[in-house]
Amino acid sequence: MNKKSVNLFLNAPYVVWAVLFIIVPLIFVAYYAFTTADGVFTFSNIATFFTSDTYMTVFWRSMLYAFWATAISLIIGYPFAYCMTKLGAPGQRMMMLLVMLPMLMNLIVRTYSWQQILERNGLINTLFSSLGLPAVQFLGNGAVIVFGMVYNYLPFMILPIYSVMSKLDNSLIEASNDLGCNVFGTMRRIIFPMSLPGILSGITMVFVPCVSTFYISRQFSDGNIKMIGDIIEDKFYRSSVPDYNIGATISLVLMVIILISLAIANKFSDDGVESGGVII
Amino acid sequence: MNNNIIELKDIRMSFDSEVVLDGINLTIKDGEFVTFLGPSGCGKTTTLRIIAGFESPDCGDVFFEGKKINAVPAHKRNINTIFQRYALFPHLNVYENIVFGLKVRKVPKSEIPKMIDETLALVNLKGLEKRRIDTLSGGQQQRVAIARAIINRPKLLLLDEPLSALDLKLRKDMQVELKNLQKQTGITFIFVTHDQEEALSMSDTVVVMDKGKIQQIGSPTDIYNEPKNAFVADFIGESNILDGVMKKDFVVEINKKQFTCLDRGFKENEEVDVVIRPEDVDIVPTQQGMLEGEVTSVTFLGVHYEIIVDINNFKWMIQTTDCYEVGETVGLYIEPDAIHIMKKSEYSGMFGDYSSYSEELDEMNEEAAAAAEEEENE
Repeated sequence: MNKKSVNLFLNAPYVVWAVLFIIVPLIFVAYYAFTTADGVFTFSNIATFFTSDTYMTVFWRSMLYAFWATAISLIIGYPFAYCMTKLGAPGQRMMMLLVMLPMLMNLIVRTYSWQQILERNGLINTLFSSLGLPAVQFLGNGAVIVFGMVYNYLPFMILPIYSVMSKLDNSLIEASNDLGCNVFGTMRRIIFPMSLPGILSGITMVFVPCVSTFYISRQFSDGNIKMIGDIIEDKFYRSSVPDYNIGATISLVLMVIILISLAIANKFSDDGVESGGVII
Repeated sequence: MNNNIIELKDIRMSFDSEVVLDGINLTIKDGEFVTFLGPSGCGKTTTLRIIAGFESPDCGDVFFEGKKINAVPAHKRNINTIFQRYALFPHLNVYENIVFGLKVRKVPKSEIPKMIDETLALVNLKGLEKRRIDTLSGGQQQRVAIARAIINRPKLLLLDEPLSALDLKLRKDMQVELKNLQKQTGITFIFVTHDQEEALSMSDTVVVMDKGKIQQIGSPTDIYNEPKNAFVADFIGESNILDGVMKKDFVVEINKKQFTCLDRGFKENEEVDVVIRPEDVDIVPTQQGMLEGEVTSVTFLGVHYEIIVDINNFKWMIQTTDCYEVGETVGLYIEPDAIHIMKKSEYSGMFGDYSSYSEELDEMNEEAAAAAEEEENE
């Protein structure tokens, strides 16, 4: 066997896997998105999605919440990752464990627990009332949903940034000091630009799951605030009359928009930084 | 007003209870080319880092042009460093790397092009301004690192084993270039190396260090001809170091034979270390020799032969242009000015006997030392 056919042979299982579990489902999604319930080709599903006020409101709400969740994750995660690199090796391992620990639990369990903590008769309000304070309505607003997303996806921001920063050679920072840069100058001119691939990777890894999340919003608002993921889920499972066509359309549109944003992010990271960390 | 650029006063430092610097006192004059020379772990790099401001000593003072600068952070010192692995900024191109210091210090934009031109010409980098750092060869990266430092016109330039990553040929060229650069710019250079040839060929002053202490400070010729102790004698070049007794001024007894020398000022019958360089020993017919012994090994090194002669179980290394046979009995003749007397020190008896000598072992040791050095600087 020559090298080429060996490669083909070794690749075969992955090709089969990719076709079966990635390509075929995608074809199904596209099929449903471009057909009516009777299987006739149409663009009307896409038109419906973009002209419906309900869908558009939910869509923009998802984008907005995902934006805030990503921004807050970045604001918390970046300094956190930076401080982590300043610890000794045992400290870094410890922090890494703490960051990873919540991820070892199922997202549904985590979210459900937070719901228990925050709800009207939950842990915090019980504590408040025992101190004689009035009960606070935590759940049922956009902020708490953003909080839920930050809580769940923060590790995906911290880890790529940490991974890029920890590889940053200390002598570069010394060189920057040597050339007259103080701490802030070094941060701006060296550390930040060099950690950009990690930042972009973190943004991608937080924004994408946030924009399509559904369980968090449902649990934290008692189903009152819907995100695009909730709508998709409704269309497939929850509504009395399942509508695969609209569900698939929304999925497809979301996917295309995410792909476009990833492409833009990748374009950014190509700008001169060689050690890329963007995942796509 | 004196012209001392750097003074170190009783610098002490330890890492995790291991003493790295043990009372360093040193004065460096403006415009000098000074080399810190020593084996790995001798404290030379730490001393450099203290001057740069990357480390602060446990105790002791650092003076820059007469002013104490212990509390001045690195970015405010008028000192630049060339790092061992250059530490060029990989996200910036050649031009942006070089202009970095000027931008930080807010040098007027109108002056920058002229400064860049001059500097690029000085280090032969014209035409590479737009190149990415990772597309440059080791030698070119080295030049960018030099350009990035000297464009700031520092009073003092620190070089931390800058040539150790280059191959031999390039290394020799860069030695000459650095020396010329220092003459042209008049900047004081402090150069750290573990390569004694590099130190001797480039420096005005060599500071030999070991175990966190300065062993000797002097010009290259002083260091070579008048080593202070067995460590210096052995580290700088090859030397036969023998036990001797100073009978009186100008007379030393080695191997129960008296030799005339040029040294005096020792106590009568004081035990001393005697250094005799391999190239200073003449091989003569036995009847004319002061000592006689048997040739045990001959190595051809191109310019000369290195032969080992066994005299009363002490193996002498001798460099000669004549060839001798192993097993031959030869006489040695030593001129009075070839004998250098040193006081006994903690290093006495540790160096200068070639009985376990073999080229291979020597090379292996050097490689191991170089590898250890690399690790230390990681």
